[in-house]
Amino acid sequence: MQTTSAVNGANYLTYQGKYKGLLGWIFSTDHKRIGLLYLYSIATMFTTGVLLGLAMKFELLAPGKTIMEAQTYNATFTVHGVIMIFMVVIPGLPAVFGNILMPIMIGAKDVAFPKLNLLSWWLYVLGVMLVLAALLFGNGSPDTGWTFYAPYSFKTGTNMLPAIFGAFVLGFSSILTGLNFLVTIHRLRCPGMKWTKLPLFVWTLYGTAWIQLLATPVVGITLVLVALERIFGVGIFDPALGGDPILYQHLFWIYSHPAVYIMILPAMGAISEIIPTFSQKHIFGYKAIIASTMAIAFVGYLVWGHHMYTAGMSGPAQYYFSLLTFIVAIPSAIKVFNWISTMYKGSINVQTPFYWAISFIFVFMIGGLSGLVLGSLATDVHVHDTAFVVAHFHYIVFGGTGFAFFAALHYWFPKIFGRMYDKAWANTGWLVFFIGFLALYTPMFYLGLMGMPRRYYDYLEEFHSGNILSTFGSWVMVTGFVIIIVNLIRSARKGAPAEANPWHGKTLEWTIPSPPPVLNFETEPVIGENDGPYNYE
Amino acid sequence: MEHAHHVEHPDMYDEESSKIGMWLFIFTELLLFGGLFIVYSIYRYLNPEAFHLAGEELNRTIGTINTVILLISSMTIAMSTTALRKGHKKVAIALVVVSFVIGFAFLVNKYFEWGVKFSHGIWPGSEQMLAEMSQGEILFFGLYFVMTGLHALHIIIGMIIMLFTIRGLAIGKVTIKRPSMLDNCGLYWHLVDLIWIFLFPLFYLIH
Repeated sequence: MQTTSAVNGANYLTYQGKYKGLLGWIFSTDHKRIGLLYLYSIATMFTTGVLLGLAMKFELLAPGKTIMEAQTYNATFTVHGVIMIFMVVIPGLPAVFGNILMPIMIGAKDVAFPKLNLLSWWLYVLGVMLVLAALLFGNGSPDTGWTFYAPYSFKTGTNMLPAIFGAFVLGFSSILTGLNFLVTIHRLRCPGMKWTKLPLFVWTLYGTAWIQLLATPVVGITLVLVALERIFGVGIFDPALGGDPILYQHLFWIYSHPAVYIMILPAMGAISEIIPTFSQKHIFGYKAIIASTMAIAFVGYLVWGHHMYTAGMSGPAQYYFSLLTFIVAIPSAIKVFNWISTMYKGSINVQTPFYWAISFIFVFMIGGLSGLVLGSLATDVHVHDTAFVVAHFHYIVFGGTGFAFFAALHYWFPKIFGRMYDKAWANTGWLVFFIGFLALYTPMFYLGLMGMPRRYYDYLEEFHSGNILSTFGSWVMVTGFVIIIVNLIRSARKGAPAEANPWHGKTLEWTIPSPPPVLNFETEPVIGENDGPYNYE
Repeated sequence: MEHAHHVEHPDMYDEESSKIGMWLFIFTELLLFGGLFIVYSIYRYLNPEAFHLAGEELNRTIGTINTVILLISSMTIAMSTTALRKGHKKVAIALVVVSFVIGFAFLVNKYFEWGVKFSHGIWPGSEQMLAEMSQGEILFFGLYFVMTGLHALHIIIGMIIMLFTIRGLAIGKVTIKRPSMLDNCGLYWHLVDLIWIFLFPLFYLIH
């Protein structure tokens, strides 16, 4: 390997490689540049998804048609779901912060397969293009919901095939990222970086990677079967030919329930980095967090049936899935106790990432506890397919993964861009966003309990006031989002130069300059017996 | 990996990493087919008689020949990796070429086998199937075409990987010191073989 002082001097943002300008980015195999490519792509798709969500909330401002017809509303929630699930929250933290920081956190120069890493991003872009093609061409946008339930997904006249293949390609991209991370974590840890000295973010990425690898192929083949059903009519999910649509739901959720742990585990990992740093205290129960991470990854495979209590399932199967659903909640609760105990008697430094982290814990707890209402058989029957489910899901996935994403973004921003953001605006953005979030989703719990169904563009007059509050909340939240984004974009260009270690963190990324050099480390780091990711004084 | 000389790409070659990566990829492939095996076993359980009747339609001779063919090609590609380890580059290339040719023979057989089915009016969604067959038989043939078709697709992918490996061996990219591409090509081919070993009895033998 050749390294010259000129290369080590340049940072990864300004380094001039084989290609110039944009080509130097989209053909770069540098894990940090790929991470940023993901950040920009995901931010674009997230903004698209937010706009669709905003349109849905506007439609629900009043009963009856407000701005769109029923069919348009169906297409809007389908595309909102497909974008947010497959293009934003599933790749989210692993593809952005995993790529940029995981190799640095384990003391490596790059991931194990840099070219495969670049291929993953290209596949991601291809998948996005395919899904967008479904919107622009053919007989109308997909209208099945993001779950592509059979038999409607092969009966509907809308343009399903590109969307299905797009989701398949996005899954393939996700598999390759997971594979790459597993090999990287196994093989490229620097000397002394034992498994018990790995930062928890890396541990959660490790658990996530196993789920990506072992669950995604199942949904891959399921989507292929739906596509074949549409093209040839093979009959596997078609009741007219002897097939069973419920089997589709099983196969779909065998992947898609573990997928929610793909979303939440790295979020928990990022929070487990942020809380100790801003408490300047060793994480409470390091090994308990690792064990609970792996327990979630494992038990998460066995609970898929709780999405199907009302779809037709034998009694014993329902008891089994309900019991396991309660069991899988325990490791998440363990983590919440660990984070709170970490703060106890710490010297807490209240900064923007910390605000995001504690608001994460708050909304995650509400989301988690409302999940138990859905996990128990008797109550689920009443709130299944109501706005309650939507509220629970958004509290967990948006309040969980989304808040953790913003926490991670504000935590690692100075490292990634070498500049500090305006903290006052960042805090303002957080506060407005948080208030908007609560106003947007909390009324949905109430509306769901009162019986308002999900996925309808219309509702009864008695649900009006709750919906007004919810729609109003969506405007407040988007205002907060705009403040956050404008502040970050402006700061990435004009912010004050950041120190190498602005938050006094102990993990390896804080030992190198901001932004990091091309090859990360001048000399390969060595972890001593007494070093550790959370060894504060 | 060919950018070993370029600064931006530090040479990350590590035989162990490549091997772990390939095994992990094989896991994903097994789960991909695993989904289909689940579907097969459920529908077989629900329609035992129809699956029995439909299975009689398949040509056991061609199936057996294809099984033997694939087993031999697995042997030749395994011999190729050993040849490279012993430094016989030309023998290694020749053995991959042989495996490629045998893989092609498998596809030719498959072509004729499917062709006969088509000429009998059996393909997914054909009018004759919908008119004459029971639901269980329709499901059997649906699964037959999906599973053997997906397997054939994997054969083609395996053969494309072989072409790249032959090129790598010829231009000296794959050597005794960097054998991972040939090893992984062999592993992938064994996977394709292994899946067939399960498909063959499920469709042709069990009655």
